[in-house]
Amino acid sequence: MALPIPAAPVEEVDWDVPEQVGLWTDVWRRFRRNRLAVAGAVVVVILLADALLAGLLQQIGLIQDPIKQHVEITLAGPSAQHLLGTDYLGRDTLSRLMYGARISLTIGILVQAIYVVIGGTIGMIAGYAGGRVDNLLMRFTDIWYAFPDLLFVLVLVSVFGPSLLSIFAAIGIVNWVNLARLVRGQVLSIKEKEYVESARAVGSSHFKIVLRHLVPNALGPVIVTLTFGIPAAIFLEAALSYLGVGIQPPTPSWGVMIQDGYQAIYASPWQVTFPAFAIAITMLSFSFIGDGLRDALDPRMRQ
Amino acid sequence: MANTAIGGRPAGGALPVRRLLAPSSRGAALTFFVLRRVLWMVPVLFFVILITFLLMHLAPGSPWDRAGGRQLSATIVQNLNVRYGLDKPIWQQFLLYLWNVSHFDFGLSYQYQGRSVGSLLVNAWPYTATLGVLAFSLIVVAGVGLGVIAALRQNSRVDYVAMGFSTFGASVPNFVVGMLFIIVFGVFMYKLTGGAYSLPVSGFGLDDHLIMPVVTLALLPTAFIARLTRASTLDILRQDYVRTAWAKGLTERLVVLKHILKNSLIPVVTALGPTFAFLVTGSVIVETVFVIPGIGSSFVTAVLSRDYPMILATTILFSIVVAVANLVVDVLYVFIDPRVRLT
Amino acid sequence: MAGKILRIEDLKTQFFTSRGVVRAVDGVSLHVDEGETVAVVGESGCGKTMTALSILRLVPDPGRIVGGHIWFRDRDVTTMDAEQVREFRGNDVAMIFQDPMTSLNPVTKVGTQIEEAMTAHERFSPRDALERVIPLLQRVRIPAAERRRQDYPHQFSGGMRQRAMIAMGLANEPQLIIADEPTTALDVTVQAQIVTLLKQLNSELGTAIMLITHNMALVASICTRVIVMYAGRVVEEGPVRQIFKSPQHPYTWSLLRSVPRVDEVRRSRLVSITGMPPDLVRMPPGCKFHPRCAFRVDRCSDDEPALDEVGPNQVARCWVLMRNVPQEAARELEAVTISRDVVEELKATAPDLEDVADGS
Repeated sequence: MALPIPAAPVEEVDWDVPEQVGLWTDVWRRFRRNRLAVAGAVVVVILLADALLAGLLQQIGLIQDPIKQHVEITLAGPSAQHLLGTDYLGRDTLSRLMYGARISLTIGILVQAIYVVIGGTIGMIAGYAGGRVDNLLMRFTDIWYAFPDLLFVLVLVSVFGPSLLSIFAAIGIVNWVNLARLVRGQVLSIKEKEYVESARAVGSSHFKIVLRHLVPNALGPVIVTLTFGIPAAIFLEAALSYLGVGIQPPTPSWGVMIQDGYQAIYASPWQVTFPAFAIAITMLSFSFIGDGLRDALDPRMRQ
Repeated sequence: MANTAIGGRPAGGALPVRRLLAPSSRGAALTFFVLRRVLWMVPVLFFVILITFLLMHLAPGSPWDRAGGRQLSATIVQNLNVRYGLDKPIWQQFLLYLWNVSHFDFGLSYQYQGRSVGSLLVNAWPYTATLGVLAFSLIVVAGVGLGVIAALRQNSRVDYVAMGFSTFGASVPNFVVGMLFIIVFGVFMYKLTGGAYSLPVSGFGLDDHLIMPVVTLALLPTAFIARLTRASTLDILRQDYVRTAWAKGLTERLVVLKHILKNSLIPVVTALGPTFAFLVTGSVIVETVFVIPGIGSSFVTAVLSRDYPMILATTILFSIVVAVANLVVDVLYVFIDPRVRLT
Repeated sequence: MAGKILRIEDLKTQFFTSRGVVRAVDGVSLHVDEGETVAVVGESGCGKTMTALSILRLVPDPGRIVGGHIWFRDRDVTTMDAEQVREFRGNDVAMIFQDPMTSLNPVTKVGTQIEEAMTAHERFSPRDALERVIPLLQRVRIPAAERRRQDYPHQFSGGMRQRAMIAMGLANEPQLIIADEPTTALDVTVQAQIVTLLKQLNSELGTAIMLITHNMALVASICTRVIVMYAGRVVEEGPVRQIFKSPQHPYTWSLLRSVPRVDEVRRSRLVSITGMPPDLVRMPPGCKFHPRCAFRVDRCSDDEPALDEVGPNQVARCWVLMRNVPQEAARELEAVTISRDVVEELKATAPDLEDVADGS
């Protein structure tokens, strides 16, 4: 019996087959397309370079000493020697600005490590242990959450003195709650899935399974949260320094520069605008990067 | 800490409840819910006070240290200690303090000899409250307004301008903004008008003194609320039930108010709680920049001069404000969203 | 034009996207008479929903009605201004949407949503509207209507929500109800209830129903006339029994063959139509169905056929027409794709056969 081959071969449909790309390649690609995010990244790279190289640049004489006072030219405008002028004590503004970046970036970025350690640990324990432990830890974070952050940082720094370390610790101790909640949520949702699977699991401990799944799933949102945490931390440091309880003179911090500039605001408004601009640009850049990362990591927008 | 830049709500609220009687209606369940939340505030505040209190006593040095050499004599220090109760063991001091606080006695200020912290706070309070109320109104009106308009006219010029503004507002620290305002509307305006007019850059008055501080204080939360409102409204606009509303032949006004906004403003209301926390911390900075004698600037001077009773009292006060605000918002949320289950 | 409440003339609705112009509705003409139940069938993307949305001027951005007329009685919907359209919607013509879970406002009580459908048109005062809610809910067979009107949508089951939507649609006694896939999102048992309800409403109230669906079984149970759409155009139209018995367009024929029918001798093959619906931006030349058609001839790829009469009250858009296809060929080609076990069976009996061109 000869079965006729159907007379209608399927027309060649022009499929646009999407190539399967790895997760991180896709993320990078989407990030790249966000122009604001890329601009932010560029700025951050410049700042990082500045922070790392400031000392070197001073050594080779490209920039001035940020602490040296030239009392004869206080509040000077831009000149060949001092590209951005001098502050009320005759110190070179440009170099102070560049060194200030160091402080802001160091605190802003490194503080995130504290968030991860404290917040991540608490979140993981709470999520994994569940029950009373979870309840207790969440009550604890509620209490912590009840303190307005700037206030608590001020209190801590006032108690322990305004050293770099105490500022660092204060900011870190104060804002880990968001990360804790995030991690806890992730652990809870994984636990739910893993519970079923681990019923069939042989050998490997439940905890290890959860951990193994936690990192890839939670990594995205955690990175986004931390990226947004950087401008928040930079803000806190600047606020502290501005109020006088942060970095102490003569170390240049942008917050201190703003306070100094404010004193001379009528005589020379520029001294305030430079550090203000610097902080604004830095915070904006990190925010753009954070936005870009968040959109890039959004699973709903995957192609 | 109540993170002042990102909206978030306390995770808590649901204490393990023994059902004494099953709530027969949502009304009864609501009452229980409110009661539970109010009761929960008590231990939270207790710990806030405890932690701050302990921190105060951990600080090195004593309030009697005088900068610049001449210290007070030992006997005077001893007398002062006795007078302020600083010689008793810590736990006793704490209990004593709690007792006093419940009678609204916050002790005597260390900086201003002989004046009670309570009276200082009472004096400073109206300034902060005025700023706060005005800023909050501005946030709600401008933030929600901008967000809604931007969403309804998506991708139009209005949308881009509104969102550009909110990106700027959300990323620039408030003291920077304050500075910029002072420079532009204080210094430049003065020079431009030949000294005729400029906005006042410091001090308080129920007039144009208020403009710059209030705007500075409100800027970041407004930006945040605007973005949130826009995102939420855009999300709702795509929902099927909005199409159903149009298909029923409802007027644009009805569709926008009862179907779109009624839904899209729910997350915005939730975000207003943390906004309060931001107003609180913001006031610290704004009052310093614009030299306004409110609670915020009092706090800063207290920190700088180690006035512990003042620091303690202010922290407690602010924490109460934040906690109450969050409570109100949480309760409000349950009222406006009938899908929420009140277990 | 007596008796015709809806007449669509050469409607064209297009979407202006970055990829190009999507011709969602490309010259559709159809009509609905008073009290009729008409089905509009076709695959997803064939334009049936867009046609319905065009009737109510609800085409979403970036879409636009670019040509044609929609006559409701003697008024042209396409030329109405905003206020006239508003009056028209939910009043003369009501529409029920596909997913009842998301089609009701979650923060407003169900009773209120039905009331506002009435008060929006000034036919009923607020007091009257209030009073009409309970009878409406009862008419759509929602039990405990008095209590239920105070409930919120999330307290209703899926089937009940759809009934509530139907009640909302009925509130202003429209002459035509357009039901867009009203049962797709519901359980099978609930589907039957909704369908029965629609049938009852049609016979009790005389409301015309335009049922949009891809479910041929539904069509058979309540509709008297069926319109088949493909790629934004009508490809066949006729009385239900006639179409089911002798469909003339190959697409209709395939659609019907793809429904397993309980009353037939059990077959081992389940048929599906190969290929994908055409890209509405770049459509094939000639007949839009020809790339997937088992019976095409050369002419099909060159000229697009017009809608010609092929029987009493039946029209079809095809050069070939099923009645011209030899019976044996039609029977054998019933499987445009053949299921796997049949292929195995055939291979066993004719082992020297090359792979059957399996379309899937």
